[in-house]
Parts: sequence; structure tokens; C-alpha cells
Amino acid sequence: MQEILEQLEQHREEARLGGGRKRIEAQHAKGKLTARERLDVLLDEGSFEEYDTYKTHRCTDFGMGEQQIPGDGVVTGWGTINGRPAYVFSQDFTVFGGSLSETHAEKICKVMDLAMQNGVPIIGLNDSGGARIQEGVASLGGYAEVFWRNAQASGVIPQISVIMGPCAGGAVYSPAMTDFIFMVKDTSYMFVTGPDVVKTVTNEIVTAEELGGASTHTRKSSVADGAYENDVETLLEVRRLFDLLPASHRDKPPAIPTADPADRLEPSLDTLVPANANQPYNMHEVVTKVADEGSFFEIQKDHAKNILTGFIRLNGSTVGVVANQPMVLAGCLDIDSSKKAGRFVRFCDAFNIPILTFVDVPGFLPGTSQEYGGIIKHGAKLLFAYAQATVPKVTVITRKAYGGAYDVMASKHIRADVNYAWPTAQIAVMGAKGATEILYRSELGDPEKIAARTKEYEDRFANPFIAAQRGFIDEVIMPHSTRRRVARAFELLKGKQVDGPAKKHDNIPL
Amino acid sequence: MSSTELFSKILVANRGEIACRVFKTAKRLGIGTVAVHSEADKDALHVEMADEAVAIGPPPASQSYLVIDKIIAACKETGADAVHPGYGFLSERAEFAERLKAEGITFIGPPVKAIEAMGDKITSKKIADEAGVSTVPGYMGLIDDAEHAVEIASGIGYPVMIKASAGGGGKGMRIAWTDEEAREGFARSKSEAASSFGDDRIFIEKFVTEPRHIEIQVLADSHGNAIYLGERECSIQRRNQKVIEEAPSPFLDEETRRAMGEQAVALAKAVGYASAGTVEFIVDAERNFYFLEMNTRLQVEHPVTELITGVDLVEEMIRVAAGERLSLMQDDVTLDGWAVESRLYAEDPYRNFLPSIGRLTRYRPPAEGERGDGTIIRNDTGVTEGGEISMFYDPMIAKLCTWGRTRVDAVEAMRDALDAFEVEGIGHNLPFLSAVMDHRRFRSGDITTAFIAEEYPDGFAGAELEDEALRLVASGAAMMQWITDRRASFISGRMDAGRKIRPADAPLVVRSAGECFDITVDHEATAGFHDLDDLTTPDGGEWGSPVWLSFADEDAARAYRIAWRPGDRLAHIFAVEGDEGQWREIAALKASPAPGGWRIRHRGADLKVSVLPPHVAKLAALMPEKVAPDTSNLLLCPMPGLVVALHVKEGDEVQEGQALAMIEAMKMENVLRAEKAGTVASIPVEVGDSLAVDAVIMEFER
Repeated sequence: MQEILEQLEQHREEARLGGGRKRIEAQHAKGKLTARERLDVLLDEGSFEEYDTYKTHRCTDFGMGEQQIPGDGVVTGWGTINGRPAYVFSQDFTVFGGSLSETHAEKICKVMDLAMQNGVPIIGLNDSGGARIQEGVASLGGYAEVFWRNAQASGVIPQISVIMGPCAGGAVYSPAMTDFIFMVKDTSYMFVTGPDVVKTVTNEIVTAEELGGASTHTRKSSVADGAYENDVETLLEVRRLFDLLPASHRDKPPAIPTADPADRLEPSLDTLVPANANQPYNMHEVVTKVADEGSFFEIQKDHAKNILTGFIRLNGSTVGVVANQPMVLAGCLDIDSSKKAGRFVRFCDAFNIPILTFVDVPGFLPGTSQEYGGIIKHGAKLLFAYAQATVPKVTVITRKAYGGAYDVMASKHIRADVNYAWPTAQIAVMGAKGATEILYRSELGDPEKIAARTKEYEDRFANPFIAAQRGFIDEVIMPHSTRRRVARAFELLKGKQVDGPAKKHDNIPL
Repeated sequence: MSSTELFSKILVANRGEIACRVFKTAKRLGIGTVAVHSEADKDALHVEMADEAVAIGPPPASQSYLVIDKIIAACKETGADAVHPGYGFLSERAEFAERLKAEGITFIGPPVKAIEAMGDKITSKKIADEAGVSTVPGYMGLIDDAEHAVEIASGIGYPVMIKASAGGGGKGMRIAWTDEEAREGFARSKSEAASSFGDDRIFIEKFVTEPRHIEIQVLADSHGNAIYLGERECSIQRRNQKVIEEAPSPFLDEETRRAMGEQAVALAKAVGYASAGTVEFIVDAERNFYFLEMNTRLQVEHPVTELITGVDLVEEMIRVAAGERLSLMQDDVTLDGWAVESRLYAEDPYRNFLPSIGRLTRYRPPAEGERGDGTIIRNDTGVTEGGEISMFYDPMIAKLCTWGRTRVDAVEAMRDALDAFEVEGIGHNLPFLSAVMDHRRFRSGDITTAFIAEEYPDGFAGAELEDEALRLVASGAAMMQWITDRRASFISGRMDAGRKIRPADAPLVVRSAGECFDITVDHEATAGFHDLDDLTTPDGGEWGSPVWLSFADEDAARAYRIAWRPGDRLAHIFAVEGDEGQWREIAALKASPAPGGWRIRHRGADLKVSVLPPHVAKLAALMPEKVAPDTSNLLLCPMPGLVVALHVKEGDEVQEGQALAMIEAMKMENVLRAEKAGTVASIPVEVGDSLAVDAVIMEFER
């Protein structure tokens, strides 16, 4: 008996070595951890339970029959992060370059199915050379099985992808359908076609890093939601994000008790908005001063910086924040920021995370590049997402709320629950200067008259009270009391229940 | 004496901390207070503090604080019957004092004649000479042009100091060691003098080497009484801008002090002085002292004198201006204990002290008043959290002063106070001040005005902590991490809700500044930390229960308490000290979370501290060190500012030290020089461009 038990340990030991010491060392030399080491960082110590440790591929072509390594290039199972369960899969680059075979895909599908059934999030650590070419179409089928499950799981459980090495070709579409993608700087890249193919087809010469590195995807393409210095930092940050997310759409956002008083006042917010309406200020300060313990987990912080998105806690519970950032493009909405915020709002709504919106928006960004790029459709994404969201929504207008952008940014009319405005708010169809130039076109030749008209318009509309008279604003609040007000509002909204009209599903302007 | 005999309302023709300082005394004396403010200052602390406030124009001082008519109009509007000028601005403008007099408003300062006499460096030196005050050899006459300046300089013998006649505070001041420097210095001083003081007269004198800057505080009334209140040592300067001052001086003996004091009083009497004034001396290694100038106003660093004499200088100024006699005579003056002042500047020490402007997103000075050990903390400030440091005015934010029985006590108190001072949102010199407080040479008192230039020749890159200080930082980080992890384990939705994440002994690996410590945090031995309440409820003044920290390489465990909750940016650490076994605060750490650990600032060091459980630490050790991108071929804009001049063009070859561009920020023209020889590849900016920090001004060929 004892002998048999010992054999198990031996089997496990073999499997744990993956592609062998040499390949492990090569992985380390690249500044990367192995699949199992990564899980050691991601999961609570000793909590990982592995499935399908001994699973191997069934391919016999191209000499594959002689190469059998237990696990077949991916480590799957579950463990806990700060005590809460997560299903995981971690591709093992030391085994066949982490390439995806039919069986490799089956392992991933097994944990995905369990994750969906049990309402537990899934985290995938990607480090793979791509399809197992020796298997041909069987490998492609494997990918598609994973893709299909990604789509099925979307909105059921949070899906997080961490790109920790290559992720190229069709493989990119699994992460692309998950809720969040994180990358490791300098050691990970994602693209549909690599630099060689790019060169052949378009004559562009580009490095893998330029084409699909962390910097490209966090700044330009917005494919990734964040990037960190190395494997360890990245996984620790994923742990931090995990603490903010509910386990499934059936779950409430998790809460951590805090000593930070919900009624804490922030007198310094009273001087945040500059006297000159054209002068920027940093909206980040509002978010961190309102948040529990000043903590803000930003999503896509390097992309479309004219809008901030991310998670905070209020009274211990997770709240999603969307905020115009006057420091960049004056906080205008444009294609990128609408897409970024729209997707974030949909995530929050799918997982019962209340949404707090801070508004300082002078309108949509004008120009041919925006119009040609389809700002109409893209702007509509954010509008659609807000209008459709049934989670508690609280909105605070800090300064400008002009034109259509006012309507979009979680206004009363698209069913925000509580709408506050700071006394510095200006809710109007457009800025005073623009308005007078239209209203008093005949007086344009007379700068004095126009100045007087502008002043008149400003006096009338450069405040929150016209909107408040109509009930579009529930209350004008002092900036220093924002945290207290907003925290109370969300407490009150905890029981919110909304039933939408029956439908198969919506048709968001994609 | 009741206030009715003094004044009914004092207007302070100034801003910032000095306006607040004067209001404090005026309020105590029951006198009404009036602030004036520019548009940039409408929400400033001094406006909030005053009973009344009058707007006097746009942000530039030349259109507001320096406009005599506007100040007088403000007096009339509010019925102020006296004006305190503070320092800077109009404080040493004879014309201002004269105009006030003509309007029947009392100027809280010396008589016009004294201001005039001392305001001109050439005249003042002559008068000092005549009054028997020791003076520096130099040229008193007017200088025609740069060539004349060179002639005079070589006559006196290099090094020489070139100064604006009307100058002060380091503006329009240059040191020249060669003819060429004399020529360039003359031109630059002249233009700075013209723009700063509206008076471009320049004079030249011998530059004393190994000099200390020591000044005597005098106080005189209009009844012929004059006394001196000891000295202040202001040798810690950076480019003639005082940074740290103390009283008394660690250098003077009783005899020199008396000699300097008596000469200062003689000078005050010679010019019919009546008010608070300061006679500045330069003192060489042999305790020879030479008269530099007399400042006919309240000095920035006056608090250190107040702390060791117990005299409220502002009160004396007000009383003297009202015609009263001095409240004390020379024999009444005693110097008690030691006081140190640190000037908190909005200047980034890591960027060669370049001015930094912006919003104070966080501003939390240490608590003022007497501490448990008898030392005193005083902070003269003109800003509040949420305030704006604008480009229009002086970059000084606050004056942090400490008093102790001895110099060591005062310096120790200053170290603590600096560590507990939270300033965020702008670059500031707190880390530098901390580093100086820990500097051996400063602590020994062996300082000269060249201290900073000599000890920090390549600028300031942060202090290095000694082993014990680093262990304390590591301990703090370990405790904060432990509390954070422990607290996080109270999250809802855990599978094993009863069991908390950390076992009784939590081993952690703490890495910082190249050192690695294995620490076990033990809470089983402590009563607290088992429940959330213990993490968040103050426990008899010091929060939480003792935490036992065992360093793998130490025999005995350390016991600390920490006053810190998740989200706090300042952690106070307590330990048992002394024979009575009292818990005492031993350190304050500024801490903010960072991936995998903390960023901790302490004693002038700015550290990334990684705190990981051993199994993760082992893997983290495999991660490669990342090298910062190479910017050595770029000239980056060191501060937000305006390009006023580009001295080279694309394709030019430049030599090391050659002026490349001039950036104007906070009224100062900053010349950017080539760090090494090279060829200019491209210049993506133009004169007149507004640049952000780190914007590329020039690219050099590699």
C-alpha cells in the first residue's frame, strides 16, 4: 500500500517538472516564471488543487507519439485568492512551447465549465507559442471550444487573462473575449499576425514589442487593461483586483471592513475646481479622496486618459468609477474614451457593481478624424451602456456638463438614481461663448456687446440651479461632503431592483 | 496696555506665512486685521485668517502687492491705521513708508531715513564704516559697464561678489573668480536687478572664503533705545538662498557675540533706527566678522530668535510703531536653549532644486506645541491642504521650527518633525532638509555658506539610511503589510470564513536598498490583532497592541507598536525606551502602497520596500532588474516653464557647461547647460513654448 502511495508522489514530481530543468532555467533566464511558479504567486499558499495533471495528447504525427509530457503544456485547477476560490489555467511554455493541443484545450474547457457552473471566476495565465501545428485542425477546434466557452461565460463569471509570454494568432481571441487582460512589460506580446508576416504583406518593419508589447496594448490599442513590471508584480496586482470583483453575476461585490469613516470630509476638495473654467484640474484627486483609504484600482489608465475608469471601495464595498479627466483633452468624450468607459460600465452592470460617475465634460471632441472614425456609433456605446445599466448609479457633476455629453454621462434622464452637482457645476447646452455666438449672430461684430451677452449667458447657465429647478439634479452638494453623500446614496440603493422589458438580448451599437 | 493705545486695524501688505504670522500677534493684541490679496490668492490662508480682505489686482506682484496706490486705497477702504509690510515686496521701499506717512497711516517699520540709508548697499557700508562697524573691502562707487566691473574686481582681487545695490534674498547676486565671470556676472546681475527691483545699480566687494553667515537681531524704539537679541546662524544656504537657520550660532563665543551685538546696536543708533532690524555679518574661520548689510524689516528667520528669547518681535514692532518704548532692555535679554528653522520650499531636490508649482493635494504639518520630551515645534505657514503654489510668488511654503534645551535636542526634534510633515502634489525639499539634519558635518556645527555646494556637489539623490534606520523601515513595512493582509482576510465570500489567512507566525521577506531581511511577525504573543477592532481602535494613545518582530539575524525579538491603519499615509512607530519602560514614539514613516510592497520615505530616503511571503520572495528574486531608458542624449525640461531663449541651433557643436537654453519658471530665469560635449541633432521646441516637466528641449547625436 505504502509503495503505491509513494508512486503517486513520484508521478506528481515528474509532472511538476514540466519540460524539464533545462527549459525551466531557460524560462528563468528570460525573466519569466514557470506555469506552476506563477500559480504559487497568484494563489494563496498551499491552496492550489491541480486537475488533469497526467493528461497527455493523443497525437502521433510528426514524431509526437514519442513525446509525451504529463499535463500537455497547461496546468489547470483551482485555488483561493485571499480565501475566495478561483479556477485557473496556466500555460507551460516549457512543454511544447505552451502550444495548444486538443487535450490542452480540453483541460482549459473543463475548468471553464466548472467555473460557470459553480459561479467562480476564472483566471488564465497565457504563455503559449500558439496552435500545436503537429495536430493541425484538431488544435484549431480546441481553440474554438475555448472561444465558445469564453462567450458563454461572459457576464456569468468574471474572466481574467494575464499575458505572460507570447500570445499570437488565433490564440489572442480567447483573452480578447474575457473581461480583463493584463500584460507583463517587456516579456509578453499579443498580435494576430507577427512581425515576419507583417513585413511580407505590408513591407512594414516592426519589432514584436512595437507590434504587440505591453506598451502598445495599454496605450494605443487598448487591448490590455494594465501592465506591470514583471511576473510577480503582475500577479500580485491581479490578486488585488480579484479582491474587488464578485464571484459571479449571482453574487454581490465583496466587502472588506474599513476604518475609514464613510462621513469623512475633505475640505481640500472645496478649492479643487479653478476659478477659470478653461483651467484643468486633476479628477484623480476627487476619486482618491472620495474612495476608502484613497485606493483606486485603475483600469486602462494609460489609454484614453481623458476618462478615468476603475474600482474603489465605499464603506468597504466595491464601486466602479467613471470620471471625465479635465487634464486631458479638457475631458472631452471621443471615440477611445467612449469605448473605454462603455465597456467598463457594462462590466460593472453585469456583475452588480454600482457605478459612480464624476462629470466634467465640455462635449464630444469635434473633427473629421472623430466623425470619420464613427464617433456617432462609438459615443452611442457609452450612452447605451449607461442607459441599460440597472445597478445603482450615482452621478456627481463637478464642473461642465455640456450638450449631448451631459445626457450621456449618467444623467437623470437615462436613469441614474441620484444626481448631485457641486456649486461649480455648469449644466448647459454648450459653453457661454459658443452659445452667444449662435444666439446673437447679428452682434458678432461688436465685441463689447458679445462680451455682455456672454456674461449674461454665463450668469444664467454657468451654475447647477437651472438643472436643479427641473429636478435633473437632486441636490447641490458641497465638494467637501462628496464622500459622505455618495456613500449614503449607495447604502440607500442597495435594495434597488429594476426589471427591464423582455427581450432575447440587446443590440448595443458595436 | 490696552489695544486702543496701539492701533485699531493693521493691514498687512503681504501674503503667505508672514501675513499669517503678523495677524496672529495682532489678534492676540486685540487689533483688527486686514489682508490684501491678488486674484491668485483669493482663497489663501492669510485671506481667511484676516477680519477683512481687499482684492488688489492680478496675480503678478508688480500689479498687486507692489502697487503702493492699491495698498493705500485698501487702507482707506477698510480704515486701517497701520500697515505691516512683512518681508520682501514693499517692506524696504522708503517711498512706501513715506507715502503712508503722508496719508496719516503708520508704517510698522523703521523711519524712512533708516530705510533709505540701509537700503542702498553702498551708502549703508559707508555709514557702517563711520559707525565703527567692521566692513568688507570693496568698491563703493557706481560701476559704468562690464569692463569697469572687471577692472574693479581685479583691483580688489578675486574672488569677488557682484551684487545689486537694491538687492536682497540672493537675487541679482553673483560670485566671480575670473575676468570673464565678472563680465558675465555684471550683465546678469544688472538685468536681474532691473527686473526684480527696478534699480540696476551694481556694486562689487571682496568675497570672503569659508564664510559663515551670522546676523544680529536688533530692536530699537523712537526714544533712543536699541538692543540686540543675539544672533542667528544662516550658513546653510543654497545659491545665497537661506535654507536652514539656527539660534544661537554653534560658532560664536560670548565675546564675539557681544562685539557683533554692540556694533549692530551702534549702527542702529547711527541711522536713528526704530523697529526690528537685522544686521548681517559674514564671519570667517578666525571669527573675524564683516558687515554685509542691514535689513530694515522683519526677517524670514525671526522665529528662531523668538524661540530662544521669548520675545514676540512682531509685537515689539507694533508697539514701537505706536510710539511705545521697548518692553525690555539689553540686560533683560537672555538666550535660552536652541532653535532651528527649516524652510520648506516648493523646490524639487531630485531635480537640482528647480521650482515646482501646483496644488497641494496633501498638506499635513506635524502637531505644533510642546512635545512630551520638552521640545517645542512651531510651524509658520501660509498654505492649507488644497492650496495652490503658484508661479507668481516665492516658493517658500512654510517655516518649520523646533526648540530644545540643546542643539542636539532641537535637531532631533527637527528630524522627527520633518518625518511627520506630509506634503504631496508638488516637489518639495523635505527629504533634503531631513538629510541635512542627519549630516555629520551639520551635526558637528562645522558649517559655512558653502556647505550645500561642498557636500552635495552633484545635487541631491536621496539620503542613505544606516543599518538600524533601515531595519526600522523594514519593521514598519512588515507591520503594515501584516495589518493589510490580516485586514484583507476579513473579506466577504471566503470559503473558510472562520479561518484567517495568516497563521500565528507570519514570516515575511523585506527587501529595500539592496538589503534583505527575514522577519517573522508574531501576534500570538500579543493580546490584540485577533479581531478587526484591534486593528482599527486606538489603544490608550498608542494604537494596537505590541507586535513582536524577529529578525532572522537577531537574537532577541523587537517589540513595537504601530499607529497606522490601512489607507494612512503616515505611520508612527513606538518602542519601549528608557529605564521606566515607557512607550515612546521613535519614528514616523511616510508610506504608500506599491505593487508588492510599499514606498516609504524616512529621514530623507525614498525607498521602495518589497514585502513578500518567503515563497513569493524566492520567485521575486528571479525577476530581472529593469534599466531605466537612456535619456542621456536628451535635454529635458526640468520644470514646467516658458522657453525664453535657445542659445544653440541644430547642428551646433556644444562644449560641456555651455548654455543651451533658458527656461523661465516662477520668475527665475534658469539656464540649462550642456552636461557634456556633443552635437545638437534636433530642437523640437521654439522660444515662447510652454513646456511640461520632462518635455524634450533638445536631442543630441549619440
